[in-house]
Amino acid sequence: MLNSSLKELAQALAGKKISSVELTQLYLDRIARHNPAINAYVSTQPERSLAQAKAADARIAAGDIGPLTGIPLAQKDIFCAEGWLTTCGSKMLANFVSPYDATVIQKFDAAGAVNLGKTNMDEFAMGSSNETSFFGPVKNPWDQSRVPGGSSGGSAAAVAARLAPAATGTDTGGSIRQPAALCNLTGLKPTYGVVSRWGMIAFASSLDQAGPMARSAEDCGLLLNAMAGFDPKDSTSLERPVEDYTRELNAPATAKPLAGLKIGLPKEFFGEGCDAAVMAAIQAAIEQYKALGAEMVEVSLPNMKLSVPAYYVIAPAEASSNLSRFDGVRYGYRAPEYDNLDDMYAKSRAQGFGAEVKRRILIGTYVLSHGYYDAYYLQAQRIRRLIAEDFVAAFKQCDVILGPTSPSTAFKLGDKAGDPVQMYLSDIYTIAVNLAGLPGMSLPCGFAEGLPVGLQLIGNYFDEARLLNVAHRYQQVTDWHGRAPAGLE
Amino acid sequence: MSARNWEVVIGIETHTQLATRSKIFSGASTAFGAAPNVQASAVDLALPGVLPVLNRGAVECAIKFGLSIGAEVAEKSVFARKNYFYPDLPKGYQISQFELPVVVGGGVRIQVGQGDKAYEKVVRLTRAHLEEDAGKSLHEDFHGKSGIDLNRAGTPLLEIVTEPDMCSSAEAVAYAKALHALVRWIGICDGNMQEGSFRCDANVSVRRPGEPLGTRREIKNLNSFRFLQQAIDYEIQWQIDTLEDGGKIQQATVLFDPDSGETRVMRTKEDAHDYRYFPDPDLLPLVISREWVERTKATLPELPEAKRQRFMEQLGLSAYDATALTASLEVADYFDAVVTAAGAANAKSAANWVMGELSARLNKEDKDIAASPVSAAQLAGLIARIADNTISNNIAKKVFEALWNGEDASADEIIEKQGLKQITDTGAIEKLVDEVLAANAANVAEYKAGKEKAFNALVGQVMKAAKGKANPQQVNDLLKAKLGG
Repeated sequence: MLNSSLKELAQALAGKKISSVELTQLYLDRIARHNPAINAYVSTQPERSLAQAKAADARIAAGDIGPLTGIPLAQKDIFCAEGWLTTCGSKMLANFVSPYDATVIQKFDAAGAVNLGKTNMDEFAMGSSNETSFFGPVKNPWDQSRVPGGSSGGSAAAVAARLAPAATGTDTGGSIRQPAALCNLTGLKPTYGVVSRWGMIAFASSLDQAGPMARSAEDCGLLLNAMAGFDPKDSTSLERPVEDYTRELNAPATAKPLAGLKIGLPKEFFGEGCDAAVMAAIQAAIEQYKALGAEMVEVSLPNMKLSVPAYYVIAPAEASSNLSRFDGVRYGYRAPEYDNLDDMYAKSRAQGFGAEVKRRILIGTYVLSHGYYDAYYLQAQRIRRLIAEDFVAAFKQCDVILGPTSPSTAFKLGDKAGDPVQMYLSDIYTIAVNLAGLPGMSLPCGFAEGLPVGLQLIGNYFDEARLLNVAHRYQQVTDWHGRAPAGLE
Repeated sequence: MSARNWEVVIGIETHTQLATRSKIFSGASTAFGAAPNVQASAVDLALPGVLPVLNRGAVECAIKFGLSIGAEVAEKSVFARKNYFYPDLPKGYQISQFELPVVVGGGVRIQVGQGDKAYEKVVRLTRAHLEEDAGKSLHEDFHGKSGIDLNRAGTPLLEIVTEPDMCSSAEAVAYAKALHALVRWIGICDGNMQEGSFRCDANVSVRRPGEPLGTRREIKNLNSFRFLQQAIDYEIQWQIDTLEDGGKIQQATVLFDPDSGETRVMRTKEDAHDYRYFPDPDLLPLVISREWVERTKATLPELPEAKRQRFMEQLGLSAYDATALTASLEVADYFDAVVTAAGAANAKSAANWVMGELSARLNKEDKDIAASPVSAAQLAGLIARIADNTISNNIAKKVFEALWNGEDASADEIIEKQGLKQITDTGAIEKLVDEVLAANAANVAEYKAGKEKAFNALVGQVMKAAKGKANPQQVNDLLKAKLGG
C-alpha cells in the first residue's frame, strides 16, 4: 500500500479494498512513529484528517469518486488552511491559525482529498536545506545526518519516508525540484500563473509557484489536475482552458515512445561545478533517453551564470516588502516588552524572524533604496529578461531542456548553514527557470553513494503535459523513482 | 503681500475618495460610518497569503476624470508599492502609482474674484493616479493604547496633482472649488469634506520676482476651503516674515491648526522616508484600451465648462450667471430643464428665479435642489405666465409660495383657483383709478404741487384696491393720463 501509485490507491478506495479512514489512519500512525526523527510535519490534527476521510468515504459510497477522493496528502505549511496552524516555518507565525483556505487547499478539499498535516519548510521558504525552519531541521530519510533540501524539505521527506502518498510544495528558486532531487521524488514547478497563489504565503511574488511532489510523473499529473486553474482572486493567475495534464501518459508504450523529441542540453549545465557522480547519473539518463528515441541537441543559455545574482536581488527585494505585514500589530508574534511603536516593530521582527530571513530583508531593503534601485533592482530585471530570451532562443532548437537539478546530492546537516553563498549556489541549475517563469521538474535518475540524484527537465511555457510525459516514459523503463529508503518500517 | 514685492507659488495635491461601492483591491464595502473594522476583509487586514484584485470601477472613475480635464488616459500604467511601517497600513506598504500614473496632464479652468477684478485662468495638472487609502489610528479612550480601524483601508483614491500654477490663496481656493465641483459633477466622488472624501495638501513657496522657485513647505490634510485659505495665507506670511528677517525656509511637511490658525512642522526633509517604490508584482500593469475609454466617455454628462459656454453663447447669460448655474450638476440640470420647458427666450428670467427665489428658499430650508418642492416644470409654467403678462412678478412670488408649500398643481391651476390673474381690462383699471383719485385728494394735490412721491402712493392705493392684480404699467399710464401729467 505504501508504494502504491495514486491511481492504485484510488482503485483500492473505489473497490472498497480499503477505506479512506483506514488509509488516513495508516499514515497518521506512521507519522506518529517516524515524524519525531524525520521532523517532516510541523502540525497534524488527526481528528480533522479523519473527519475529512470519513466524508470522503461517504462520497465514495455514494459513487461520487474523483481521482483524489479519499487520498491523504501532506500540505506545505506555506498554504493557509482554515482552522490549521499556518506557520511558514517561522516563529513569527508559530501561533497563527488561518481563518481562511488557500485556493490550492480549497481545490483539494473539493476533490475529496484528505489533509494529513502541514509540512516543515525553510522559514518563509528561504533556504535550500530546511535548516532555517523555526521548528528545527528536517532529516533526509535516505540518510538522517543529511538535509532533505529546501525549502519544501518537509514535503519531500514526508513523501520519501512514506509518511504521505504525495504532497504539495512551492518553488521560488528551486524549492520543489531541489528537495525532490535530494529525496528521490518527482516534483513539478508549473509555468508561473498556472496554480493560484491566493492563500500561499508570499516569499517573492513574481517567482513563487506551487506544484506537486510525488513518487512519479503520473502522480504529479493527477495532483496538478486538481491544483491548476484560473483564479479571479490572483491577478497573476492565467485564464486558460482547463487541461488534463495526464492526457499524454496513457498512449501505449512503444519501443521508441519519444521518437522525434528534441532534448536540448545547455552547455552551461555540463561545465564545471557539478559533482562527477551526479554528472555520471545524468549522462546515463541521457543514454536512456536516446534509447527511448529522443534526439540530443546542444543549446546555450549564455546568461544563466547571472541567474543567481539576479535572483538574489529580485527575490529579496520582493520579500522585504512582502514580509512587512509581519509587524506584530494584528496577528503573529509580538515582543512581550517594548517601549514605543518603533520599538515594538523592531523587537517583534528581531525576535520573530530568523537569521536568513533577516539577511534577505536587509538585502532587499538595500537594493530598493533610493540611489541603489537602478543599479541593482532595475539591472536585475534586465538580466531576468535576457535569461528569458535565452530560453526562448533555446526552445527554437529543442522541445525540452535536460540537465542536473542540483550540483550535488544531499549534503550533511550544518555543512553549508554557515555559508550563505555556498547555499545559494546549490540552486544554480533551478533559479533561471523561475526567473523565466517556465515549467520545470525533477525526477530520480540514479544514486551516488546511496544518495538520490535528480534529473531536471525544463519545458516551454504551458508545456507541463509534455514534460510529464517525457518523465513518465523514462519512469516506465527505469525503477529509480520506485525505490524507498530503508529503516522506516 | 505683493505690495512687499514677493511672488507666491502654490501647487495642490488632492486626495479624492472614489465613489465605488467596494474597495480598490478587495470586495469589502466602502460605506462611511460603520463600526470599527467590520468593513475590513482578509485583504484589508493583510492576512498572510492574500492578494489584491483591481476594482475596474475605480479605473473607470480615473478615466472619467482624465476625459473631463482634457488629459491623456495612459494606455499602460503601473501600480507600485510605497513601503513604510505604520499601524494603520496593514501590509507595510501602500499600493499606489509612481512612475507611470493613469492620468497625465490636463487642466482645470478657474474663475477668480468677482466684478471688475474677476479673471479666468487654467491650472495645469501634472498627473492623477490611483491608490488605496490607509486605515485610521484612534488615539482616544483605549486605556493608554491606540486603536486601529481598518474600515477605510483600501478605499480607492485618485490623487490629483497640479503644477505650481497658483499664486494666491484665492486662486488655490478657486481651484479646489472647481475641482470639487468637477469630481462631484462627473460622479466619481461624493465630495463630502467632513468625512474626508476630498482632502487637499498645499505646497507653498515664495520668491522675489524673477528668482528661481523658493523652498516649499507642504501643508497636509486640509479638509475645508476655509482652512485651505487660512492655512495658505498664514504660511505665506510666515515664509515672507522668515525670509525678511534673514532666515531660511527648510523643506518641511506642516500641519494647520484651525484653533490657533497657525501651521506647525510635522517632519522635515531630514526625516523624510525612503519609500522604496517598486512595481507591485501582485498586479499586472493596468492596460486601458481605447475602446474602454470610448465606452466610458459615452457615460459622461455634458461637462461644466461646455455647459457654461453654452449658457453664455446660446442663452445669452452673463459669465457670472453661467458660472453660478454650473456650480453643480444638479443646479445645471434643473436650470436646463426649466429652460427647455419655458423656452430659451425666458432663459434670463429662469436664471433669475433659480439663483434668486428658489436658491434662497432652498438655502433657508437647507434643501438640495434635487429635493426642491417646486419642480423644474412647475417653475417653467410660472415663468411663462410672467412672460405673457398673465401675472406680475409680485403675484408670481405668491404662486411660487403656493407651489413651494406642496400645492401639487401647475402655476396655471393656482392662478385660476386663487383668482390671481392680472387685470388688464383698461375699463376695470380705470374704474379703480377714478375711485382712488376721488378718495385721495390730498395726494393728488401734493403731486400737482410737484411731489413725485405722492404719485407712488397713488399707485400703491390702486394696486391695493386691485389686490395686487392690476397690470402695473397700465395703472401707471392711466394715473399719469388722469393727473394730466
